[in-house]
Amino acid sequence: MITIDHVSRTFGGAVRALDDVSIHVRRGEVFGVVGQSGAGKSTLLRTVNALERPDSGTVTVDGIEVSALRGRALLEARHRIGMVFQHFNLIGNRTAAQNVEFALEAVGRTGAAKRGEALEMLDLVGLAHRADAYPAELSGGQRQRVGIARSLASKPAVLLSDEATSALDPDTTRQILGLVRSLSRDLGLTVLLITHEMDVVKQVCDSAALLEQGRVVEQGPLLELVRTKGSRLAHDLFPLGEAPQLPGYGILDLTFAGGEAQRPTIAMLARDLGIDVSILGATIETIGGEQAGRTRLAIPGDRDDLARAERFLTAREVSVEMVSAP
Amino acid sequence: MIDPTDPEFWPDFLEVLMKGTLETLWMTSVALVFTVLIGLPLGIVLVGTERGRFLEAPFGSRAAGTVINRVLGFIVNLGRSVPFIVLMIALIPVTRLIIGTFIGTAAAIVPLTIVAIPFFARVVEIAVKEVDAGLFEAAESLGASRWLLVRRVILPQAAPSIVLGAATTITAIINFSAMVGVVGGGGLGNVALTYGFQRYSWAHIVAVIVILFLIVQLVQGGANLLARRLDHARGRSRARAALDADEAERVA
Repeated sequence: MITIDHVSRTFGGAVRALDDVSIHVRRGEVFGVVGQSGAGKSTLLRTVNALERPDSGTVTVDGIEVSALRGRALLEARHRIGMVFQHFNLIGNRTAAQNVEFALEAVGRTGAAKRGEALEMLDLVGLAHRADAYPAELSGGQRQRVGIARSLASKPAVLLSDEATSALDPDTTRQILGLVRSLSRDLGLTVLLITHEMDVVKQVCDSAALLEQGRVVEQGPLLELVRTKGSRLAHDLFPLGEAPQLPGYGILDLTFAGGEAQRPTIAMLARDLGIDVSILGATIETIGGEQAGRTRLAIPGDRDDLARAERFLTAREVSVEMVSAP
Repeated sequence: MIDPTDPEFWPDFLEVLMKGTLETLWMTSVALVFTVLIGLPLGIVLVGTERGRFLEAPFGSRAAGTVINRVLGFIVNLGRSVPFIVLMIALIPVTRLIIGTFIGTAAAIVPLTIVAIPFFARVVEIAVKEVDAGLFEAAESLGASRWLLVRRVILPQAAPSIVLGAATTITAIINFSAMVGVVGGGGLGNVALTYGFQRYSWAHIVAVIVILFLIVQLVQGGANLLARRLDHARGRSRARAALDADEAERVA
């Protein structure tokens, strides 16, 4: 649905915001781009609706090469690509409904029908009862709902989200992400979002890419990434923190995703090998309906015991990393 | 010498002041109308054609945008840097071409308008620059045309500042209109000159000062009121309102 192909963008001749970035977002999926601030996420997102032009490379949305469009054709392409912003960017002296009406005017709608259509959009995001409130009278979450209603008014196929929940508290963030998720499902919307919060990726994304200093370090479906040995994203998604110094123990980090996570692997390890395993830390969550997570184990004994445990786990499709040997 | 105890004095006094006031109001209003008609689009184009703004490439050419920006900026600065009295003299041929004469109240409107346009264009420029950059980006992302952007975002958002700036512009026009009186234009400036200066009538001077003060007060007061009415969002403190709404949502 969205193909970003070898895109580079340099600012002021010096700062390389994007360095040969290629990303593919499939139709109907929620794709998250994560990275530190300054990694180029914002620039990347803005190339998709041509708010930003690549110096080289192409951006294609639904078969149309957006990066090559100008004038009227560009406006029309943007009608097919909605966008929501971290600071909502609502027009302060227009009501919620009028903000949505503005989007309808942008696609050439005129007359009284606009109001009805705007109310339908507000209803879709659960805010019909606040249609005549000004943005200043709405909470952060409500403002973002108006932002979403506005971005979807032109019935786009793609929704771009620029840190849409970064200015919201955790509860509100969860609600907004839930809304994005269900809209994506109900409307068949393809969503490309950028965020610096791993929680956002865990909660809504089917796929993700990790951007670092303008380069894509990893990308793919989330479960596959988690299963990949040594995945940076898996580490960031399921942080286990600093490993303690334990004399007489070897420490292993296990990463699992999907089927094997449901089996009592650690219990089996203790029973079958007779090892008194301690669990030092674990984070397990549901991603795309499947269990995934990481666990840190302390294995007592010598190097041989550790090696036996490692073989046992690897045989059961758990990816194992040795943190420290006894 | 004028004698205030003369029975003829007061009726004449009132008539002169009434005529002067009406002339001043007439010159100022007409000049203001043309100033807004020309200065408003000028100010918007002046901001828009800056690099990275919504009109940076009119007719699809960034070079055209830069040229337009430079030329307009030059004209506006030129207009603002020439002293009014010099401008008025320099404009005599233009005034004669448009009005037919360069003496009188109607003729005064031409230099008044021309001196006020650059002033007002800068007022508009500053007001437009104050509009949140995020709104331009949002409008762009929605595929809104430039015309829609101007009509629905820029003008409504900049309106309160523009109205306040217009009050300052009106004050400046009134100010300059008094100078026009010196060279044969009508208005309160002329009253002060012919009665106060040439015939030593302090009553006229004081009256002119009081009337001008009242006009400026009324203009400023009206502008403040209108600006507040145009500004829904800033009526309450934004942060405060958001907190209230968050609170209400949590309770509900």
